[in-house]
Amino acid sequence: MPKMNLTHFEAAVLFALFSSVVLGVITKRTDTERLRYGLRCFAYFVVALIGLGWLMHFGHG
Amino acid sequence: MLGKLNLMPSAPAKSEAPPQPTRSWYPVVGLGWLIPGGGYFLLKRPGRGALVLASVLCMFLLGLMMRGAMFQPQTGDILTTVIYVGGFIGDLASGLLYLLTIWLGYNQPDMAGHVHDYGTKFLVAAGLLNILGMVDAYEIAIGKKD
Repeated sequence: MPKMNLTHFEAAVLFALFSSVVLGVITKRTDTERLRYGLRCFAYFVVALIGLGWLMHFGHG
Repeated sequence: MLGKLNLMPSAPAKSEAPPQPTRSWYPVVGLGWLIPGGGYFLLKRPGRGALVLASVLCMFLLGLMMRGAMFQPQTGDILTTVIYVGGFIGDLASGLLYLLTIWLGYNQPDMAGHVHDYGTKFLVAAGLLNILGMVDAYEIAIGKKD
């Protein structure tokens, strides 16, 4: 098994991607709603990721 | 002022019969645990099954490639118990992926470093995503969801 080195950002985006796919699949009634919900979840993940990243940046001084 | 009179007969409300359970939920949940997304395949929803399978598989493989550690159940203070037993349950929830990995001798010690740390979290999260898929398949099997 090859070893993989990812940055914090890459790992967190991949985590967000796969989590959003599953969250989209298990919720809502129609495929369009599922797609929209999955995309929205992914966007929330990324916004939270970037926001928390900046918060930690300023928190460290 | 006179109140509004409702003289027109109202349209009969659409009565939607609740979805009937299609089959016993045991094989759906069992297969869903063993093979991520397997419950959906059994319920003839291959698209959703394939998406759950791909997501759980990718997350698990990424966790292995980042050399994440598998949790062993440990008890002690409440925090230790929650982390180690919870982590073990999360790992175990990946089903056959976890069992194969252990049977093939994967034994990564817990090491410092953000990549290993992410790997450990990916391995647990893969199992947690599979639990979400199992719960959804269970609800479809008992007729609570379409």
